[in-house]
Parts: sequence; structure tokens; C-alpha cells
Amino acid sequence: MNARGGRDPVLVLASRVGPDEKGLLTALRRGGHAAEVLDTNALRRAASGPAGPGGLVLNREIGQVRARYAATMLEAAGMTVVNSAAAVQTCGDKWLTSLALARAGLPAPRTVLAASPAAAEEAAAEVGFPVVLKPLVGSWGRLVTRVRDAEEAATVLEHVGAQPSPQAQVVYLQEYVDKPGYDLRALVVRGELVAAMRRYADDWRTNVSRGGRAEPCVLDPDTEKLAVRAAEATGADIAGVDLVEDRAGAVLVLEVNHRVEFAGLQAAHGGLDIAASIVDRIVGGAS
Amino acid sequence: MTTTCPECFETVTAPAEPVLHEILECAECRGELEVVSTAPLLVALAPEVAEDWGE
Repeated sequence: MNARGGRDPVLVLASRVGPDEKGLLTALRRGGHAAEVLDTNALRRAASGPAGPGGLVLNREIGQVRARYAATMLEAAGMTVVNSAAAVQTCGDKWLTSLALARAGLPAPRTVLAASPAAAEEAAAEVGFPVVLKPLVGSWGRLVTRVRDAEEAATVLEHVGAQPSPQAQVVYLQEYVDKPGYDLRALVVRGELVAAMRRYADDWRTNVSRGGRAEPCVLDPDTEKLAVRAAEATGADIAGVDLVEDRAGAVLVLEVNHRVEFAGLQAAHGGLDIAASIVDRIVGGAS
Repeated sequence: MTTTCPECFETVTAPAEPVLHEILECAECRGELEVVSTAPLLVALAPEVAEDWGE
């Protein structure tokens, strides 16, 4: 609440305004907040610049690099950014996420980082085939590769070695989990499960953005607790936690997304306003 | 509120309150368009997906 008795304005940081961002803007305005888009590409800040009066920013920047640096600029200006620069850094890098999950003692597929394609060949054999190679940064299942044997690994890693980017030479490998045709996405906001869905796909990658279909589901108490702990481990106030069951029924954390796309979850949960649920938990607590 | 698709030149209808950088889809060519001005309403082809885009 501000000095005039009105609700404090909330900024939505974005360089691309999609349906999710519009949904958040609508939910904020319905809640009585003056909500505006803050264009990421227009931001600039001097390192020694003064802190301002504060305020709340929902970080919806689609570019990982800009999302992180923009959050550092806004935090330096005294603003509260959700998700924070630290959370964006952790969630936006699969290896940092794996380390955070491991530190918290949470179950995840066996994961190894190799500092070169040559080291990755040995790591792949140690993890065992099939093994999954993922880019450290990226989303929507892009460039995620399932490698079935040592011969495929050598070929794929030869291509990896030919990439010009230094970061591409660092290889993230993960045990392939033979899941039962679906994985789970849980939306966790400020330590509370908002909704969850099962994601099915013909492709072994079950991302809805790859054409997978989603249906609502209720998580059992242990899985709900695991999703909440995974979000907490990464420091994400708003988290899209991806989980998978292996054939033995054990639930593992795959990744934690800091800029949750919730159109699929909204379609699966028609009676629940996902954007309003996020706004209530974030802005309600910050007002 | 309407404007013209820069790709296929068909009419594009925007929502009641378009926002700068909002993504629209051309109903004719299915091209992804970005609102680059709200008054007057102008759209351009939306940027291609970048390597670090995502959730």
C-alpha cells in the first residue's frame, strides 16, 4: 500500500509480451495495481548509481542473459525482483541447478559436467548408455540429445567440439530416465504448490512446446514436498519444477524453470486463474 | 484496432489494449508479429528465437 492508500505499482520486465505476460498484467490490474511493462531492452544503469524508492518487478524477460543482468541492475536500484538475479542465474544454468539440488539432498538423475568433449566421452561411458546431452543454457528441449552408445557419443561430441562457442564445449550429461510416457510440471510460488500437470508426448522429450499434451494432476504429498523443496533449493519464488518418475516409481527432479510459461498449465486447469494465483502469492506478500 | 501484416499485407486485428512488444499472430500467414507502436498501431515481424530464450 502506498502513502495515498492505493496499491503500489508493479512492473513486468519483458522485451516480448506474450499471453502469459498479458495475463499477469490483467491479474495485477484486476487486483488494483498500476501495472506496466518495463522494456528490458531500454534498461541502463551506472554502477555507482543511487538506489531508488524500491518497488516490485516481475521478471518475465525471455532471454536468459538479459533476464539475469536486468535483475542485477534493478536490484542495485533497490527494487525487489521476482525471480531474483541469483535465482535466474541458478535456474538458467542446468549445472548450477544440479549443484543446488545436490546440496539440498534432492533426488535427480545422475548428472556429470565435462570440461571438454574428450572428457565427455569418458563421462558418457561412466554414466552409461543411453545418456542425455543438454546445453547448459536453453529451454523447450532444444538441442537435447539422447545418445545410445559410444559410437553415437563420439559422433555427437565431434559436432559439439566443432561449435565456436566456448560454453558449448562444456558438456552436461545426464542419465536417461525411462519414464512412463509422461513427466510432471509443478508450479510452485513462494513455497506453495499452485497446480501441477502431467505432460505426454510421442517424442521422448515431453515439453509442451514440442507438441506434448497436458492434463491436470494432483501430486501425492511426497512429490508436492519435493517440488517445493526443489524451488527453495534454487531460490526461485516462482518456479516451474519438472519432475519425472522412473520405472521403479522413484520421483526425480529434472529442472527448475525461473520464467514459467503457464499456458499449458492454464489449459489443463480451466477453472483456476494461474496468473491471478501467482499475483496473489507474490504481490499480496509484497504489499 | 487493426493494422497490416508486413509479411502478407492482410489485415491484422489487435486486442483492445495492445501493449508495446506484444506478440500477435497474423491470421492469414500465421506469421509472428510484434507491436512496435500502439498509437498508431504498427507491427513488425517478431524477432527470431535466440539461443538463450526460454523458461
